[in-house]
This record gives sequence, C-alpha cells and structure tokens, in this order.
Amino acid sequence: MAHAYTPGLKVTEKSVVRKDRRLPLKGQVMVKQGDAVASDQVVAKTELPGNVQTVNVAGLLGLLAEDVPSHMLKKIGDPVAKDEAIAISKGFFGLFKSSCKAPVTGTIESISQITGQVILREPPLPVQVRAYIDGTIVQVNENEGVVVEAFGTFVQGIFGIGGEVAGEVLVVAADPAQELTPDLLTPACQGKVVVGGSLVRIAALQKAVEVGAKALVVGGINDADLKAFLGYDIGVAITGTEQKGVTLVVTEGFGQMTMARKTFNLLKSKQGLKASVNGATQIRAGVMRPEVIIPLAGERSTEETHKQDGGMDLGMAIRAIRHPYFGRIGKVTALPHELQKLESESHARILEVEFEDGTKAIVPRANVELIED
Amino acid sequence: MAVDPNKLKVILVTDCGSTTTKAILIEYKNGEYRQTIRGEAPTTVEKPFEDVTKGVLNAVREVEELSGRKILSGDDIITPAQGNEGVDIYMSTSSAGGGLQMMVAGVVKSMTGESAARAALGAGAIVMDVLASNDGRLPHERIERIRHLRPDMILLSGGIDGGTITHVAEMAELVAAADPKPRFGTSYRLPVIYAGNKNAREIITKTLEAKTALLIKDNLRPVLERENLTPARDAIHDVFMEHVMAHAPGYKKLMAMAHEVPIMPTPGAVGLMIQSLAKADRIAAIGVDIGGATTDVFSVFFDKGTDLDVFNRTVSANLGMSYSISNVLAEAGLDNIMRWVPFQMDEADLRNRIRNKMIRPTTIPQSLDELQIEQAISREALRLAFKQHKEMAVGLKGVQQERTISDAFDQSASGETLINMMDLGILIGSGGVLSHAPRRSQSALMMIDAFQPEGVTTMAVDSIFMAPHLGVLSTVHAAAANEVFVKDCLVRLGSAICPTGQAKEGQPCVTVRFTRADGTAVEESVKAGEMKLVPLGDEKVKAAVVPARGFDCGAGKGKELEATLEGGTVGVIIDGRGRPLPLPAETKERVRKLAEWNRALDIYPMK
Repeated sequence: MAHAYTPGLKVTEKSVVRKDRRLPLKGQVMVKQGDAVASDQVVAKTELPGNVQTVNVAGLLGLLAEDVPSHMLKKIGDPVAKDEAIAISKGFFGLFKSSCKAPVTGTIESISQITGQVILREPPLPVQVRAYIDGTIVQVNENEGVVVEAFGTFVQGIFGIGGEVAGEVLVVAADPAQELTPDLLTPACQGKVVVGGSLVRIAALQKAVEVGAKALVVGGINDADLKAFLGYDIGVAITGTEQKGVTLVVTEGFGQMTMARKTFNLLKSKQGLKASVNGATQIRAGVMRPEVIIPLAGERSTEETHKQDGGMDLGMAIRAIRHPYFGRIGKVTALPHELQKLESESHARILEVEFEDGTKAIVPRANVELIED
Repeated sequence: MAVDPNKLKVILVTDCGSTTTKAILIEYKNGEYRQTIRGEAPTTVEKPFEDVTKGVLNAVREVEELSGRKILSGDDIITPAQGNEGVDIYMSTSSAGGGLQMMVAGVVKSMTGESAARAALGAGAIVMDVLASNDGRLPHERIERIRHLRPDMILLSGGIDGGTITHVAEMAELVAAADPKPRFGTSYRLPVIYAGNKNAREIITKTLEAKTALLIKDNLRPVLERENLTPARDAIHDVFMEHVMAHAPGYKKLMAMAHEVPIMPTPGAVGLMIQSLAKADRIAAIGVDIGGATTDVFSVFFDKGTDLDVFNRTVSANLGMSYSISNVLAEAGLDNIMRWVPFQMDEADLRNRIRNKMIRPTTIPQSLDELQIEQAISREALRLAFKQHKEMAVGLKGVQQERTISDAFDQSASGETLINMMDLGILIGSGGVLSHAPRRSQSALMMIDAFQPEGVTTMAVDSIFMAPHLGVLSTVHAAAANEVFVKDCLVRLGSAICPTGQAKEGQPCVTVRFTRADGTAVEESVKAGEMKLVPLGDEKVKAAVVPARGFDCGAGKGKELEATLEGGTVGVIIDGRGRPLPLPAETKERVRKLAEWNRALDIYPMK
C-alpha cells in the first residue's frame, strides 16, 4: 500500500543540494569537474537555431512557383543581409524589373518549386546556462551541461512565480504571523531576498518591485492579489517564466498563512547570507517546487541533517493542508487502520491529531503533511 | 496470429495509468464472463524504478494473492491456463508518461484540419495544436509552435486526392523548417504520418524524409464528402507502439509480455468500450472520464438516415479536478462556479480554496462544504469539456464518411453538432469525483447539471474504471467485454426524465406513470422549477411520460411518450427545471433553489 499522505516539503538547515544545469541543445561546457563556481557564472553555452521567416517570392514577383529557382539571386545556404535582394523578376525586355528583398538577416534555408516560398533562417541565438548556486562542479556531462553541488540550507515552498535570482537574506517580519506590508519594504531591500510572514498583498508586491527586491518569501498570498499582479489567472500550475520584476516563493498556500515557525526561524538564522531562489513550480508528473538555497561556506557534507524517511508514526509532527484545519500543526495520537466516515460522508483512512492548543481532531491522512521537528 | 475467443476462459488485463497500475482478472464461470479479482500497485514509469513492468508485476501479484491462482513464473505470465494456474491471455492499455501527445496539420482548419484532429483523438491522443494554412498565424509563428510543443508525433494531412498540392507542400515545408524534436529521447527522429493528397506524396517525401521518420498512409479526406480515418488511426497506433512506447521505460518488456494483442492507449480503449456498448444495445451513448488533469468525452450517436453509428472522442487536456482545477476556474470564470455552490460564500475564499487544491492535488474534501465546492467545480469542468466535445463532434459538409474504429457510416449533418441530447440513451460517468462521490445521487445530479440531458436518459457510473481493460478485451472478445461491462463495471444509477421547455415556477411540467415489478403503481406530477426522486430498484419498467403544454420529452410538445425507465441505486429523477437549465441570477434565491433541489433528491446530509 502506497503511503496515503503528502510527504512534507523539505525545510533543512544542512543538506547537500545538487542542481542539474543542462543546455536545451548540445553545446559547450565552460567549466571542469572540481571547479568552484559562483551563482552568476556561465557554466555552459550553446546556440539555438535562429527563427525562420518565409518569403512568398512567387507571389511577390508574380511568378509561377516552378519558376522561382531560376529567378533567385541566392542559393540554398547563402548568407543574406536584411533588405538585400534575394530574387529578381526578368522584367519586360529587361525593363521594369522588380526584386524581392530579405526581411531579415540570415541564410537561405530552402527554395520551393511547389509553393514558391523561400525560407530564411535568422542567425543563431546564443544561450547561456549559469551555475545558479555558489558551489562546486561535481559532474560534467560533455556538451550537455554540469551538476553543481552546494552544501547548505534548503527550503522548499509550495508555490512560486518568477525565475532564478540570488541575493542576501533579509528578514523584515518580526514574527511568522506578521503580514509583509509595503512599509516593511524599504530601500534597504534592494537586491535582497526578503522574508516576510503570513501574507503579501498586491501593494507590497508592487513596492517590492519598486525598491528592487530580488525575491520575496512569504507564508501566503491571496489568489486575487496574484491575479492582479500577473494580470491573468494562472491556469495549469506551471510557473517560473513570469517576468514581473521579483521572484515570489509562497511557503504555505493561498490565503493568509502564518509561515511555519521552523522555516521562519531557519531563514532568520541565515540573515545576511547569499541565497539562490527560484519560483518555478510544476505540479504534475515530475513535480517541481519553488526553493531557497543558502550555501554554507566551509561546512562539510557529513553534517547533513538527518532526513526523515518512511511512513507516518505516532508522535510525529504534522501540518493539516486542507480545510477545516488548514495550516494547523499537531502531533499524531492515533493511526486507526479502518476506513472512517468523514463529515463529507467520504470514507477515508484517517489519523487522530492533537493540535498545538491541545484540541483534538480527526483528519484524513491525505490531508496532512509530515513536518520535520 | 489471430486469437480464438472461444479459448479465452481466464483473462488478465492491466491498465498502466499515470499514477496507478490496475490489474483485473476475468473468468468464465457458470456460463458467464465475470470480473472476479482486482489488484493495483503504483505505476513505475518514473524514477527510481523506470520500468513499467515492475508496477504491472506488483499488481498481478496482488491478483495472485487474492485469487489463489498462480499467474507468474518469475517475471513471466503463465499461458495458457491449466487448472488453478496461468491465464489464457494477457493484454494491457497504457496512459503512463502523459499519454500520446500529437500535433496535427491540415490545409483548411475546419476541413482537413478537423478530420486530422478527429483521427488523432479517436486513436486516443491529446491534440496539442491544429496547424492549418488558414489558422490565422504567420508561418514563423507556426514553426515556433511546432518547435515549442515537442509532440510525440505529427499527423499531416491536407488536400483531397487529385487536388492542389501547394498548400500541403507548404505545411510540410514548415514542419521541415521547424526540424522538430520528439518529447522523449534525442536518439530517434520525430515520426510524421502523412495522410493527405496522394499526388503530393513525392514532394512530401522529398521535403520530410531526411528530417523525420516519415510514414505515408491513405488520405484521411480522399474526397470532400468523405472521411477515411481508419488508415491514419491505425498508423497512429503503430507509431505509438513502435516509436513512443518503445522509448518509454520498460515498455519493450511489457510489449513482450502482452504479445498477442497490441497495447492500446487508455482513452482509445475506453472509446472502443463505449462504442461496443452502444452498438450492442443500439443506443446513443455519452461517456465521460474526469481525471485530475484531463477530461475525456466519448459519444456514439446513430444517424437517423442510415442507422449507422458515429463515434467521437475529445480530450480536454486542461480540465480536471486537481492539477488542472485552476484552469477550470480560469476558463469557466468564478461566477459560473459560484452558481452551483449551495451556500453563500466569499469569492476570495473560494479562489484561495481552488488554488490550494491545485498546489496540494492529493488532498480530499473532509467537510461537507469542501465536498460541495468540489462538486460545483466538477459541474463546470464537465460542462466545458462537453461544450468542446459538441464543437468537435460535427458533421462534414457532404454525405458519407468513415469515422468509427472499424465501421463505415454515413453522416448527414452539415457542420452541425451530432450530439442530440433528446436521442441520448445512456450517460456514463467515470473518474474520482463521479465514481467515488459519497452518494450516488450526487454523481447523477452532477451529470444532469453539466450535460443537461433531455427526454429520458439512463445514467450510470463506471465504479472502478474498468472500461480501458474491457475496451482492449473487446478487440478479441466483444461479447465477454460487454458482459463484464454491464454486470460488473457499470453501476446503474437510474433514469433521468428531463422535459425541454420553460414555464413559470409552479406551472405544470410533466406527469410520469408506471407500475413497479412488485405491482405498486406510481404517478408523479412535477411542476416547473421542481425536481423529484422516485425510488426504482434494479428493474426496467414501461412508463407513460406526459409533458404539459410547452414541454417536450421526445414525442413532441405536450405529447405523451411511452418510455422504458431503468432503475438503479438512485432511482428515477424527474427534472422539472426545463431546458436550457435556468438558474436564478440573484444569490439568495439561487441558494434557496439549489438547497430545495438537493433536499428533493437527498443529495447531501442535513447539517
């Protein structure tokens, strides 16, 4: 029987973090195994084939498609400059000639006798892959990319937007329940990974962009604010390519959600250290969660925090991840085997929990996640 | 080698889904085929296992343990069955790894483009995009699209035989210029199936042969008036097996295990089963499978002129109840979801709850209001998926075509939807939110609200999602597949009587009379705006359905209809709300009406 609960998101002070840095197409790796790299260092580069433009030569010159090749001034593979003539009509007794010009700089990819179309390919687009985290190259995949390893703090969020950034950790909320209001986002936040508390609203998001914060890490966000900030409703949960001027990592969920104390305290203890942050989220096969990685220079991987593995047991700390107990933290007090009837009349495997305030409840196992003590 | 159906007495079938691999054992006992044992295990396509057969073997081991029958010898399936050992045949379907994702291209979007899309959908694919000469995009935009989407294969069609070749050649040039790469693996070339104008084959070969794995098949639209989808569809299945599946982890081993019957894409198999049922009973059928990420709709309707069946399938790739739940919100809009919520709630709260389900897709509704919200969302997901289906299930401009998996049929509509809800005989739901609703009446009402059946319609749910298994079985033993489908797979909910028309609330709508097998006579009158539930167990009765003036149940406005009503776990639902279904615009009144209907059908427990 598969485990019927959501494994918790990783919130670990000391962990080995490996990042696969891969080119979209084969190219050149710029570093070698054992090299120390900085987050913004280029580790691999390549060139993507350029975009393609079609030119309807037959139409533009009033030719039959099959006559196009004989009117071409350029042949397949020839380079052409923007506005350079690529084909010319023979005209009337050599007069009234008209020409067809290249709309872009590139090379002639194909000339069709069937459609009368000429395809031009624009120059290749350079693509660079950076290290993303400060660390060491532990693996080189020839022509494809590298694996960068760092030892440090690793915090996964539940949802995020925006791509990879790096900056110093700056905790501005006094406690994990405090809302990240615009007044907390001062010019001192410029270039920083700003850690707030339970909620960020649209005004604070806009203020973060205004002061030049690199990233925000908060407990929750209202969906209406997210929509207002992005300008559209998120459909399928695949994010990371948004370019809104700041990367956002939400650690708990939608709504006002006090950040887990462990997460908050951990980030607070790393104040001033450099963090690499990625908001990219993908919730489907090959789940990807947003993350905050804080490499700890000089520490050894043997000190890695013990990972929690295996199933759920009595006494373990859990967090409810769905109404009506969403966000509440407690300890497992019983794990009955039999299916039980819920208020919704669904039958499910449940657990009994005692919350931090001493109240007890029954929660479906599917609606909790384990949290590490 | 052809399989002899008469020798199949013990049958093992698996379906490798994206998360779970389900195995069922079907046995011929006491003169009938029945599904006897079921086992399941997590699918093992992804890391750390990366071998689909591990999950299959685990599921089969569970069947072994539960049945006491020895099926495996090491990692091999023992065939044929002898005594309490082995099975006569093993077969499988698969949708693991995201299923089959295709791009299709035609010349005219509404003609060859649409035919190509139907061929791909019918074969069980997700159609990522339809490219066409008149799709309004610039050539470079189409090229970018092909490069960006990375489909498993491309189906290229266009032009009738003997027609112009310019446009289809242009589409081929765009495909070549894009130099597309397949989704999985970089070591093989992207398969392209060409099923267009036969006169363009030479130029297509010249253009695409070097850059793709090109397959030439018969034109899927040889003349304007006729579709010929079977060769293209068969080619899609072959390519799926040879190229796509062969590159998925462990599938070569699985293909060797299930060597007698080709592995089918799961939705393709479900489509076969729905068709098989519709043909056997001669009834128009709609099947829907609502999952976490996608919703599939299948339909079989009979042409009134020729009585031949017309099969259609659509997949709404981004309408689902977990991964895609936010997309339901984005596409339907908040107001459309709110209208089904039977209590007043804050819109911002609803938005946050939907998002939280998206980011934690495996959670389940614990409280009643959470269940009601999920069921409200499911109505919109189903409604939108069905809307897309109606737009795709349309007739050709002309007369004849071949569109079913194996049969030729005729179709007389011209660009109009083929879905006529008054003709619909059975509506079958499957997928978590329908199959596992705490009360069966909830499933029935969700389907009635979303699909808005008209006249008299039988309702059922697929209790444990066995349709894929039975679909692949139907390719070798249709009778066994149908028997198990009816006896073990379908849970009959009952019948829905839904007159079309509108009247003021409280005006007469319909009267229904029938006599149960135990002799009790039933006469129920329902007023406009009202719903009623009449208990009727597992039996069929002849009923007189008498609509009031202005209402129609299939025999014409105000005319009595003699109908067969099927009972089931819910009974007979008489829906006097009219069609199209009106809901009060004002929140308080709407909540009052929803609560009234829910009470009438005993949908939810009283709080």
